Amino acid sequence: MPMQKLAILIVAAALFAGCARQTKPDDEAAGVVEPADEEFVTQPLTEDELFGEGRPLDGEFGAIDAPEAVIDQSVIYFDFDSSSIRPEYSDTIAAHADRLVNDSAQVVRLEGHTDERGSREYNIGLGERRSQAVRQALMLQGVRGDQIVTVSYGEEQPAMSGSDDEAWAMNRRVEIVYLR
Amino acid sequence: MSHKITARLAGLVLLLAAVASHAELRIEITRGVSEAVPITIVPFAFEDEGAPDVDVAAVIEADLAFSGRFEPMERRDMVSRPTRPDEVRLEDWRLLDTDIVVIGRVKPAAAGRYEIEFHVFDVFRGQSLMAYNLPVSSDNLRGAAHRIADMIFEKLTGVPGIFSTRIAYVTVERDDGASRYRLWLSDADGARAGVIAESAQPIMSPTWSPDGRRIAYVSFETGVSRIFVQELATGRRVAVSSAPGINGAPAWSPDGTRLALVLGGVDGNLDIHVLTLSGRKLDRLTRHPAIDTEPAWSPDGRSLYFTSDRAGGPQVYRVTLDGASPRRVTFEGSYNARPRVSPDGEQLAMVHRVRENYRIAIMDLRRGGLRVLTDGQQDESPSFAPNGSMIIFATRERGRGVLAAVSSDGRVRQRIAGTEGDVREPVWSPYAR
Repeated sequence: MPMQKLAILIVAAALFAGCARQTKPDDEAAGVVEPADEEFVTQPLTEDELFGEGRPLDGEFGAIDAPEAVIDQSVIYFDFDSSSIRPEYSDTIAAHADRLVNDSAQVVRLEGHTDERGSREYNIGLGERRSQAVRQALMLQGVRGDQIVTVSYGEEQPAMSGSDDEAWAMNRRVEIVYLR
Repeated sequence: MSHKITARLAGLVLLLAAVASHAELRIEITRGVSEAVPITIVPFAFEDEGAPDVDVAAVIEADLAFSGRFEPMERRDMVSRPTRPDEVRLEDWRLLDTDIVVIGRVKPAAAGRYEIEFHVFDVFRGQSLMAYNLPVSSDNLRGAAHRIADMIFEKLTGVPGIFSTRIAYVTVERDDGASRYRLWLSDADGARAGVIAESAQPIMSPTWSPDGRRIAYVSFETGVSRIFVQELATGRRVAVSSAPGINGAPAWSPDGTRLALVLGGVDGNLDIHVLTLSGRKLDRLTRHPAIDTEPAWSPDGRSLYFTSDRAGGPQVYRVTLDGASPRRVTFEGSYNARPRVSPDGEQLAMVHRVRENYRIAIMDLRRGGLRVLTDGQQDESPSFAPNGSMIIFATRERGRGVLAAVSSDGRVRQRIAGTEGDVREPVWSPYAR
């Protein structure tokens, strides 16, 4: 049960982060925001819903399976001490790969991050390992290496402050940022 | 039901154990303090007009207390306040169980200058240990006080003091999603802090040149990591490493001619490299698909300790500069990272995970065996004082990074006051020259 709840929280967090990401001017310029998705991404999740009891997402967020929806999901979250891409992100990766393959002038920057625990420079290494995992996954689907740059911020730029499981889960991530 | 009770009982036992171990800790500290030498620093006379901007005796007192080796007498307990040698009645001080008495005067000298005359007495042997006249510019009374504390410390312990040294550290301030990263320098006690570099992007991993005149650090100011060397006197700086991918973890060689650093390249494989600063020659020292990072030089400059997760979790390895293959150094526990070598080369400080907690541990390189020195949850970035007596590190207090120091024997722990914001990555300077 706790694991399920955590999974739900993480999915919710991913959606929430995807939604926050959309408002960034960079993404708008890159054409990430499509009007059709407006309803989907603006589902309000209060802090209580995100980090309190959680709530079942079944049905309401069915749009997650559609590629045009997952392209908006530009943050991939990782388990503790892991750089494996969880199966739930395969559609997201595929959607970004499609976009990059179809528009070979596009360049993405993969920004790897860790949670705050442990040594800082070692965490730079772990963040880079996560960026590289996403890079490899994109390249396996035909994206050219020169369309991808990686950077690791380690624990230096947390998405959420705090020293608990929720914050840590939000901070172990790779952000996919379109540069042009 | 009975399970619940058992669990509760187990919890209670754990709680009691925790209380007991905490109590032991306190006793240890108390014992440490009672082993400290009782010393009296009498307030110094100020013989110029007005009042001094620094209480010289108070600074000396705080320095000596900070070392954990001395226990200064409270001012209200002082029977008299002599400032000249002929006013000192040692028999009075004997009754107060103080071993050492320090007195002094700040005297006006030429324009903009003072002279500090101070005397140190051994109360029980009834002799003068030091008598000194220290010229000082009038705006540097604090620096002079640190210098006097160093002289007294060395006279009484045989070990050079570290109170005139400085520390560098990084702070971050977050406000509405915007961040300010700042690289600071301050006195070792946290006073006289000033910013030497500032950026909206992360600043990391400051490291001192062995002559104390330059600092190398990592800056993400252009969106990617680069390594800079900054000259402290002028603020002039140069990017010494801007390779594609990660540029990180600089460490200055003991002779000052080279920087060990970490490069990741396009494929993100972190390996240790050595950059010769004049001529920019770059040698690759490790070649392994795992993360190799956080190099630290041995004092003889012939080998480097570093963190690697080639065996799964991070552990400390040692590699010699002749290219022999690295040897694993740490085996205790599942997480040992960011090694720092003591100035005598005999001990290794590192971040060591104990269950869920990251703490500072020290390892005797000859005999082996790891000792955990701190009791925080997220202690990190250990850095030795240049005399090896103390380790400064970053810890968390109420969700905020703060600086603390622990004696290398784990006996005395101190919080370093005077630093504001979310503080991390303290590094102790070499001796002032």
